[in-house]
Amino acid sequence: MKNKYSVFSLIKNALSQHENWQQAWGNPEPKKEYDAIIVGGGGHGLATAYYLAKKHNLKNIAVLEKGWIGGGNTGRNTTIIRSNYLWDASAGLYDHALKLWENLSQELNYNVMFSQRGVMNLAHNLQDVRDLKRRTHANRLNGIDAVWLNTEEVKKFCPIINTSPDIRYPVLGGTLQRRAGTARHDAVAWGYARGASDMGVDIIQNCEVKGIKRNGDKVEGLETTKGFIKTNKIGVVAAGHSSVIANMAGLKLPLESKPLQALVSEPVKPIIDTVVMSNAVHAYVSQSDKGELVIGAGTDSYVSYTQRGSHNIVEETLKAILELYPIFSRMKMLRQWGGIVDICPDASPIISKTNIKGLYFNCGWGTGGFKATPGSGDLFAHTIANDEPHKLNAAFNLNRFVSGDLVDEHGAAAVAH
Amino acid sequence: MFLINCPFCGERDQSEFSSGGEAHIVRPKQPTELSDDEWAEYLFMRKNIKGIQFERWNHAHGCRKWFNAVRDTSNDKILSVYKMGEKPPLNYK
Repeated sequence: MKNKYSVFSLIKNALSQHENWQQAWGNPEPKKEYDAIIVGGGGHGLATAYYLAKKHNLKNIAVLEKGWIGGGNTGRNTTIIRSNYLWDASAGLYDHALKLWENLSQELNYNVMFSQRGVMNLAHNLQDVRDLKRRTHANRLNGIDAVWLNTEEVKKFCPIINTSPDIRYPVLGGTLQRRAGTARHDAVAWGYARGASDMGVDIIQNCEVKGIKRNGDKVEGLETTKGFIKTNKIGVVAAGHSSVIANMAGLKLPLESKPLQALVSEPVKPIIDTVVMSNAVHAYVSQSDKGELVIGAGTDSYVSYTQRGSHNIVEETLKAILELYPIFSRMKMLRQWGGIVDICPDASPIISKTNIKGLYFNCGWGTGGFKATPGSGDLFAHTIANDEPHKLNAAFNLNRFVSGDLVDEHGAAAVAH
Repeated sequence: MFLINCPFCGERDQSEFSSGGEAHIVRPKQPTELSDDEWAEYLFMRKNIKGIQFERWNHAHGCRKWFNAVRDTSNDKILSVYKMGEKPPLNYK
């Protein structure tokens, strides 16, 4: 790292009123040609470029972003990180990411504020209890920490939850993954951008892809708002807009893009020191370091690219939150927003080659991609560099929709992912 | 959040309706003849258009009838509604 952040650099810059800090990443114009181009400058795309440069020795790489980096779903999610998925393939994928999170601030020399405050998933009916207990066992067989808590233990772990047996959906217990938690979402994009830029990756913002040039069954380059750029490896990490890019290459993907909403309250003193998710009533909540309650709502049922979402979705979530946490009844909500999430029929992602040579897709993360950012970047970089998937993402290929070998994670994902 | 003009009941709030996704995906006439690729195409692959999309809606909390709509997914404006079995309006592509 050329300009390492440390206590010494902090002292040095304090002496000059913090006016001489170096730029964290460059702002270059695109070159005529690259060895690989990543389309999409969110967390996953920047992580992909970072690991391509770091582990696969590719130096001539560009990341194209139509807006500003981290301005899409990276800046719009509720920052939850966990790996307690049901199936072996998912457990491998998400726990790989969680292990990278544990060392990410050191790796990037950038504080991503990773906080292992635990994630608790609540059960509200007998089927929830069965499903969550089964998932706990599956997790432990895969070496992922998970414990089952009964109602009293839930109350002890998070005292503000209403565990009264006479509420509409009483709390019958829950699972807890202690290694899970949250991180600062913007810092993840910025940290990867800085790390990638430091290794010579060109991060090009305000550059929208308009077309993919193909020669027969292989790619030759990209038409962009900053002109044509030649390359024979394109990695698309465009989240909600993946289908738009795929259509440019004449591909159809098994995706539907829908608005997913979140909201934050006014900041208050520390009141909830963990993340609590409740799939059955669709409410999940944590508290940011600024003190705001961070609340995740659901997706709309229809395809839309509006980044808004419907009021009735927010209303349903807040109803559930108030029943579970009566203490929040007089909180005021400050902001609400939507992000466009690309949802796969099996609620699992696609990190895959396509039948067009040199065109790779990393998409379908749906409502829960943030948690996987480092692992997704690492495995996608491997897939692009070797033209073969890593064993951890082999199951997440596009061909599974033809073979029928789906990774059905609706059980682990439900609506809250 | 937007209004949908149900061809049977008139204009109602979107929350009364449930979305049936992309319209005019024809169920295969000879399912036994289909290859795995063709099944994948029918079951899973979607245009997922940003722009003008033809789609199915059900007035689930109203007359419970299905119908088709033309909607711009980039701004949620409904441009036209038409009944099941009718040909899509020609002035949208």
